[in-house]
Amino acid sequence: MTISLQGSRRTTQRPESAVIAETRTDTIFLFGVKIMLWVALILVAVPLIYIVANSFSSASAVSAGRVLLWPVEPSVQAYKVAFGDPQIMQGYLNSFIYAIGGTLISVTLTIAIAYPLSRRTFFGRNVIMSLLIFTMLFSGGLIPTYLVVQDLGMLNTRWAMVIPSAIGVWQVIIARTFFRSTIPDELYEAATIDGASDLRFLWSIVLPLSKPVIAVIALMYAIFQWNSYFDALVYLKDPSLYPLQIVLRNVLILNTVTGGSTTQNLAQQLEQQQLANVLKYALIVISSLPVLIIYPFVARHFTKGVMVGAVKG
Amino acid sequence: MSATLKPAAPPPAPVRREAVQPTPIPRPSRRTAARRSLRRHWQLYLLVVVPLAYFVIFKYIPIANAVIAFKNYTPVKGPWGSDWVGLRNFELFFANPVFWTLVKNTFILAAYTVLASFPIPIILAIALNEIRNGRFKKITQLVTYAPYFISTVVVVSMTILVLSPRLGFVNDAIGLFGVPAVDFLGNPDYFRHIYVWSDVWQTTGYSAVIYLAALAGIDPALHESATIDGATRLQRIWHVDLPGIMPTAVIILVLGVGNIMSIGFEKAFLLQNPLNLAQSEIIATYVYKTGLLNGDFSMATAIGLFNSVINLFLLVGVNFAAKRITGNGLRS
Repeated sequence: MTISLQGSRRTTQRPESAVIAETRTDTIFLFGVKIMLWVALILVAVPLIYIVANSFSSASAVSAGRVLLWPVEPSVQAYKVAFGDPQIMQGYLNSFIYAIGGTLISVTLTIAIAYPLSRRTFFGRNVIMSLLIFTMLFSGGLIPTYLVVQDLGMLNTRWAMVIPSAIGVWQVIIARTFFRSTIPDELYEAATIDGASDLRFLWSIVLPLSKPVIAVIALMYAIFQWNSYFDALVYLKDPSLYPLQIVLRNVLILNTVTGGSTTQNLAQQLEQQQLANVLKYALIVISSLPVLIIYPFVARHFTKGVMVGAVKG
Repeated sequence: MSATLKPAAPPPAPVRREAVQPTPIPRPSRRTAARRSLRRHWQLYLLVVVPLAYFVIFKYIPIANAVIAFKNYTPVKGPWGSDWVGLRNFELFFANPVFWTLVKNTFILAAYTVLASFPIPIILAIALNEIRNGRFKKITQLVTYAPYFISTVVVVSMTILVLSPRLGFVNDAIGLFGVPAVDFLGNPDYFRHIYVWSDVWQTTGYSAVIYLAALAGIDPALHESATIDGATRLQRIWHVDLPGIMPTAVIILVLGVGNIMSIGFEKAFLLQNPLNLAQSEIIATYVYKTGLLNGDFSMATAIGLFNSVINLFLLVGVNFAAKRITGNGLRS
């Protein structure tokens, strides 16, 4: 990890360009590169801006397709409706519960297995590691897993959201690699001489030293949990347990195919339909907000995590 | 009091002598090593009990449960008590007219995804690497990386909204050229393009980060000497950067091809509608429908198993080929 960081710092200085002046072809080439990056930037950013702009526009402007990159007839009506909807708020709350609870469980279990696997004195670590990696390559499949969850009585409970996907092998690899490369054996020996047991050493020395990697895997689990919808689709039936992603799917996607309800008169229906349109944009923004707010701060750590894992794939 | 005394105190005399006296033999036998490790580090073994139980219960028992692929599963009798039917489920599946459609849809969709999402992050990473550090570089990286953190549900919703015939700006844009509005999601022929390019939109920035790190690891001396020898930027990319990121690229390609048949359920399922089913029905979505919606557990398991096995063979095969050709690949 440290090596790659040093590397990036080294290349950013680009000493060679200072020594030898850019040739004409290079200047043209660099210009082309910049244009390409602008195109990439615009292609990624425009849909995002478009969604945000629509979410802050009036229902009629959205339904007429008049909004492009700036809100038309600015309004926060859609947000008011969204935050006033009990189903959406329940979904939001549930997602928070699953994200926080799931992350706590996942991080605890991941460390509990990654730390012993990082220790040379732990007998059988290679066998256990192979067993874990095998599960990345081959799985029993959807139904056999479903049967296990069913037998454990977890169907339609909150546990089904956090337990069956509790440990990611990738995260175990990341944590193990970190422990192995940053906690020297000498430290353990010193602690043992001072009378520390294995657990005490883990708790008082390894964990405080491993805050960066714990943060990385916690964020990975939290974002994964926040964004996941498959487990909920398979294991949950009770709408009061639905995470936000399932609520979103019901509002955003199923609605686009089937169309809205038809119980009111025509004018109301039209208004309802228009509101439903702008509501979709607002929901997208609301649901992505928690992740996108923390994202700029965690992006760097995420990258590091990917790198640590990539060292020993 | 002292941890070095602790393991020595409880065991009987003969073992104690062994523990206290440093044995003259440099490597004790595996069994004694194991026993000693267990005694001294019992806390570590205690730690792994729960996580190991997790893997056994949620990963290995399902593999055992997959035996119902060869049975006629009934909930009353359970996975082990149900009657054997041999390969009947597989035969039925292979004989089903939907079989070839599923395999074809899955394979084409996955291959298209791998082919499209392999070169683009490399190009983005090299382009980012070429320009000097500055705000523009930082912003481009941050923005292109962002979609990776958005959920599949949201990405699919955005895709549907942006492509919508009435509301979306894509139809507005092509309308400017006099092209009539297109119902992209209602036409099966567009499904693959929508799937793949929305995927590229979402993951390119993330994948580029991996290549950027690989590029940063290239020895600057190589660039320096190439520049002194008169190499242009393009030549340096071709002869220094590309060979430098080759090992990373091969590993990513191997993983991509290896997972070709296990292409994600989530996105295909979300993009599906009755109109585009002809091309959007893939093995994963079919398994879900057969198993959980129609309740045919044995058949769904058989199809899933068929998929897993093919996948395993593909991964092993591609890895072997990549090792042979380029000398790079996954370990083991």
